[in-house]
Amino acid sequence: MHPAYSVILFTTASGAGYGLLVWLALLSATGVLPADRWLGFTGLAISLGLISVGLLASTFHLGHPERAWRAFSQWRSSWLSREGVAAVATYIPAGIFGIGWVFLERTDGIFAILGLLSAALAVVTVYCTGMIYASLRTIRQWNQPLVPWIYIALALATGAVLMLALIHVFGMESPWFSLLTAVLVGIALFLKQRYWSTIDTEKKTWTIGDATGLGKHGQVRVLDLPHTQANFIMREMGYAVARNHAEKLRGYVRLLAFLVPGALCLITIAPSALLATPAALLAVIAAGVGVAVERWLFFAEAEHVSMLYYGRPAA
Amino acid sequence: MTCLPTHTERKLGLVIDLDTCVGCHGCATSCKEWNTGGYSAPLSDIDPYGADPDGAWLNRIHSYEVGDGTESRTVHFPRSCLHCETPDCVTVCPTGASFKRAEDGIVLVDPDLCIGCKLCSWACAYGAREYDPSHGVMKKCTLCVDRIYNEHLAPEDRTPACVRACPTGARHFGDLGDPESAVSKLVAERGGFDLLGAFGYKPVNKYLPPRSRRDARTVSADAPDKAPQKQKIAAPTTAIESLFSWVDRALSR
Repeated sequence: MHPAYSVILFTTASGAGYGLLVWLALLSATGVLPADRWLGFTGLAISLGLISVGLLASTFHLGHPERAWRAFSQWRSSWLSREGVAAVATYIPAGIFGIGWVFLERTDGIFAILGLLSAALAVVTVYCTGMIYASLRTIRQWNQPLVPWIYIALALATGAVLMLALIHVFGMESPWFSLLTAVLVGIALFLKQRYWSTIDTEKKTWTIGDATGLGKHGQVRVLDLPHTQANFIMREMGYAVARNHAEKLRGYVRLLAFLVPGALCLITIAPSALLATPAALLAVIAAGVGVAVERWLFFAEAEHVSMLYYGRPAA
Repeated sequence: MTCLPTHTERKLGLVIDLDTCVGCHGCATSCKEWNTGGYSAPLSDIDPYGADPDGAWLNRIHSYEVGDGTESRTVHFPRSCLHCETPDCVTVCPTGASFKRAEDGIVLVDPDLCIGCKLCSWACAYGAREYDPSHGVMKKCTLCVDRIYNEHLAPEDRTPACVRACPTGARHFGDLGDPESAVSKLVAERGGFDLLGAFGYKPVNKYLPPRSRRDARTVSADAPDKAPQKQKIAAPTTAIESLFSWVDRALSR
């Protein structure tokens, strides 16, 4: 599948933003984080900023971005519409939660409840994002039960990496949160490894013979394509750039999205701020780049069943 | 509304005969011509006469080689929207632009509501939806909804442009929900089949399989068991014998 670069930016940035929102809400509601105005402002500005940049970016690949508001209407049937509704709904409790924290310096009572509500909606939004892909039966590599959970795991992990950097910059380091972040990164890696081994070992379901219905007459081979130049279907569904290098790219993802941030999180336990803060910031960069590559690979490895008509033997 | 209708009064669709299709692409060009001026027009092309032409088409004609040896054959294979009964292309649409009509089962895109997110094309197993880059919306076969009910046209023209154009009569249009319709009878008689039936989108359009080969090669030397009663004729030595030998082969078909 052709990767829409704005969609990669959107899911990477918004995922981390929603993850950070979850941790801000959980840690402030439980009193782990102080109701400090500047901490709240910085944290929520980064979180809501990433979410908003991502949402805006996601409209760039549309043919008619000015009609994007129409996408809120079909939540009964469409995961894309549900994602839009959940994304916008998250802003309301998150906004009030932010007002309480930044202007009133309060993260207790009703503000805590609204914070937790925004955290729940953030998780729902990321789940919807994952289900857009996971619900497509036409793409075996996406139509996997693990997909939405990987989206959630990566959002929570990258959000925690951001949170960790934030608490280090504000001098509120806590060894147990460093450890928790490393564990979350580990869980995400475990799920991703499971996902890769599933798509590698699963049997392909459909053949060119099924697609054309001519399989019972013998081997089906392409004699002539309908057109001399690539068309929309071939470019969109038949995108295979990087698929040959999938193993190498998976290595980069393992390294950048998981192993490097995980190790850096553990380094942040070190008592020296001189070592811990740069490590936490470096983890953010590595995780950001790693997850962007992971999203790109997610598209590049996806094989669409319609390409059977263009001669792919199985999908 | 992108929820699917629970029931459609009719199931209008096409029946495509893979035995008689000669792969002339006449249906595709006729489709393009009608639909660049019809519902959801234009059907744009970019750089149509240049080195790298591109454009949205609603019908594409593939050619396959099927089988091996004397049983191998060329099969031309027109591919367009199958107007499925339970297609995901409709339900994934976030705006309600994609819909299936309850009255006749035609799947359409409202070009004024489409935001061009392309998700419906991802959900289609048949590659039947093509994005129009210059119009910024998704295009697909309309079953010539602006022809089939058009009382300004002569009755014989109230049929999809592809069906009207086909020189070999390989395309048939009708109500596949009515078991008594000509198309339903044709499907029953010829063993019409669904594309990717097990996939579960329940295509309305049906394809008729190519008939078994009946030419000289399969009925004589290469497959003697298929024509056991056939008498061996000595190789012709004169022109007139060659002619009769040809007549014999032609009559044997």
